[in-house]
Amino acid sequence: MADRAALEEAVRLQGERVRGLKLQKAGAELIEEEVSKLLKLKAELGSDEGKQKFVLKTPKGTRDYSPRQMAVREKVFDVIISCFKRHGAEVIDTPVFELKETLTGKYGEDSKLIYDLKDQGGELLALRYDLTVPFARYLAMNKLTNIKRYHIAKVYRRDNPAMTRGRYREFYQCDFDIAGQFDPMIPDAECLKIICEILSALQLGDFLIKMSWEDVKNEMVEEKGLASEVADLIGAYVKQHGGVSLVEQLLQDPKLSQNKLALEGLGDLKLLFEYLTLFGITEKITFDLSLARGLDYYTGVIYEAVLLQTPTRQGEEPLGVGSVAAGGRYDGLVGMFDPKGRKVPCVGLSIGVERIFSIVEQRMEASEEKVRTTETQVLVAAAQKKLLEERLKLVAELWDRGIKAELLYKKNPKLLTQLQYCEETGIPLVAIIGEQELKDGVVKLRSVASREEVSEGRGI
Amino acid sequence: MADRAALEEAVRLQGERVRGLKLQKAGAELIEEEVSKLLKLKAELGSDEGKQKFVLKTPKGTRDYSPRQMAVREKVFDVIISCFKRHGAEVIDTPVFELKETLTGKYGEDSKLIYDLKDQGGELLALRYDLTVPFARYLAMNKLTNIKRYHIAKVYRRDNPAMTRGRYREFYQCDFDIAGQFDPMIPDAECLKIICEILSALQLGDFLIKVNDRRILDGMFNVCGVPDSKFRTICSSVDKLDKMSWEDVKNEMVEEKGLASEVADLIGAYVKQHGGVSLVEQLLQDPKLSQNKLALEGLGDLKLLFEYLTLFGITEKITFDLSLARGLDYYTGVIYEAVLLQTPTRQGEEPLGVGSVAAGGRYDGLVGMFDPKGRKVPCVGLSIGVERIFSIVEQRMEASEEKVRTTETQVLVAAAQKKLLEERLKLVAELWDRGIKVDIRKENLVEEIRRRTSQYPPHLLN
Repeated sequence: MADRAALEEAVRLQGERVRGLKLQKAGAELIEEEVSKLLKLKAELGSDEGKQKFVLKTPKGTRDYSPRQMAVREKVFDVIISCFKRHGAEVIDTPVFELKETLTGKYGEDSKLIYDLKDQGGELLALRYDLTVPFARYLAMNKLTNIKRYHIAKVYRRDNPAMTRGRYREFYQCDFDIAGQFDPMIPDAECLKIICEILSALQLGDFLIKMSWEDVKNEMVEEKGLASEVADLIGAYVKQHGGVSLVEQLLQDPKLSQNKLALEGLGDLKLLFEYLTLFGITEKITFDLSLARGLDYYTGVIYEAVLLQTPTRQGEEPLGVGSVAAGGRYDGLVGMFDPKGRKVPCVGLSIGVERIFSIVEQRMEASEEKVRTTETQVLVAAAQKKLLEERLKLVAELWDRGIKAELLYKKNPKLLTQLQYCEETGIPLVAIIGEQELKDGVVKLRSVASREEVSEGRGI
Repeated sequence: MADRAALEEAVRLQGERVRGLKLQKAGAELIEEEVSKLLKLKAELGSDEGKQKFVLKTPKGTRDYSPRQMAVREKVFDVIISCFKRHGAEVIDTPVFELKETLTGKYGEDSKLIYDLKDQGGELLALRYDLTVPFARYLAMNKLTNIKRYHIAKVYRRDNPAMTRGRYREFYQCDFDIAGQFDPMIPDAECLKIICEILSALQLGDFLIKVNDRRILDGMFNVCGVPDSKFRTICSSVDKLDKMSWEDVKNEMVEEKGLASEVADLIGAYVKQHGGVSLVEQLLQDPKLSQNKLALEGLGDLKLLFEYLTLFGITEKITFDLSLARGLDYYTGVIYEAVLLQTPTRQGEEPLGVGSVAAGGRYDGLVGMFDPKGRKVPCVGLSIGVERIFSIVEQRMEASEEKVRTTETQVLVAAAQKKLLEERLKLVAELWDRGIKVDIRKENLVEEIRRRTSQYPPHLLN
């Protein structure tokens, strides 16, 4: 036994040595040498190979969804999808991995977080990092110049858990994008409207959509040629008035309203806020001076929706609890895929559902609401023994008529057991077969919620 | 220009050389040398790096789903999911990849088709090959001893397209499984009932479900004289009878796998047989088979299964087929496979199978492989091969020139009305009498159930 323990320790140490060498990217020959030492040690451990114990877990940063979590997920997706559909979006799907070259050069520093697939002799592949780059590839591949689509699927990022605690490596994104050359700011306004509709419908409390002032300024100075001093003047305003009234203020400012360039620079912003006013959502929008620029491929203003917690005491500031949605314009991405570099302007949004799942889950637990994970309407039960045949016949008749029904997989279950099963799983009705009832051509239909019959012995 | 062409050719040839060396698993030093030669050549191609053209495609064996294809997919899934729910199944989901060690040793020869993830310094991972092994891992991990669940998700197999043309490497599976220790054959019968309901509801035409049992197969091999060590490989030959003639299969068994010709003939006499429960009765009387304990167990269970299938009203869709073998190692009892039958084009022509659209069986030993104490959880299940169904439905829709609506903008009004109805029904459901037991005439039972419960999926959250 002691020998075995020593051997296992030697295997463990040698295993770490090999891992260390690989991480340091030591020479291939050295690694091979140490690996064969490791294999020899393992071979010595010998005959226990068959009973190899392994840790039962999902990979780091991933998780299963239990039936209860699936119920939460389904409810959240229903709200989101019904909103996307209400805005006339089509839906697409793409493979979980792309050619490595498709993803290369699109994510800047984040590229190191991409999951590569092993080179097994074929194409070099990598798991998708988001749904936007696959969308651009889809547009270019199918030579589409306009489409409004949503896509709900999991994406993969090798986040370092030490730095971003609790962050998943496999997580859902719900993307909605409008591609095409249109009159300015209308699709952008629709995206902001969609975020508002979804966050309201999910009843997550108060929220704000922050637009990055840096990007707005950048666009006005770079794109529209506004003098940067004027932009800074506007910036001072932004510091004072973060919200939408800002635009009105700016337009009324005596200095700025005389400056033709400033007015032009503000043009798109003005349009956007006109549309947002018509959509009735301006009080949800605010400018944020600190919002950093997003992924490399964004070309215009980016926005981020944050939930506000209700203040616990009078006068307390609402605290943001993190971003639950984000988006922006990315006019240059599709052009990176097109052989002729043809551009297709795009604007879109992504809902961060994982955070929303936890909020909804917590809310459910707090309310102690009982959640059903099946939709069964009736359990087919028997009051006496030797009635399996009748139960099987009846349950099949119910299934054939579209009724959601179950029966216990026992030849002679006790009635109490069957009723308990209904209570545990929330089945509201039980159809009880008995010998007398069979003769009379009837079935006893009972509501499970009642308890009186069971204790009084009626029907048993 | 000529120089450039020559250079590009040199790069292409060197690239192939490197790939060849990797495939042959040549020494790491040699590969490194040839790779650096390749990189030098590419560098010489030089300044065109920025305008690198790449082929716009999805990886081999995978595809995008256009809005039109998504409409087909949604329609098919709706039918399947509503059937699974009708039978009281919960739903789960698992990650797209598992620890490599979770998948190791579960798929036999097929293990070489698994997609590995690159070793990037962390855990060794691989993309899931099916939904059954993840299910067994989920059961063991959560120490569950019984559950009825469905799971619809994509799985990944590095199939060699030369051998299996048109086969996808990323494709959907719709799995339904019942785990737990129950009275024999009831859950197994329900699985077959589910396959019938789904295939009928999808209106794919006539179909047949072949049923057999691992124990009957093994018992049969035993009494025919197949050496134990050859069981699995002979099994995989028998499995080819749906694609190859008996002569070709026998040839493979005798010439390639070294089976004695007389033994092959004995097998042949059995595997040509198929029929209903009468065949089960007949084999129970078979002088050789009735001496084999394993075969008797299998035959006994099939007899019971047929009794239940009769009560479920589906026996005319079922055939007991001794040539059904099914590839996967982990089946331990009943196995089944559903095939679509094409309508004969001329009077008297035999219906041809067009391939399997659903399959499954019992696998009692799999969860035990994950449990540290080896505790067994018996399981039986089925998998619907939706990719084939997608193509059939797509073709059918094109043939009937059906317009597929890919947005639902026009059903807004109808949806609003339906929502009102849902709310009313929900209210009604909450008002039904508690504590009253009612004698209902059988003819009125369905109506009464509908009256007392909401017809639409109940709201799971307020």
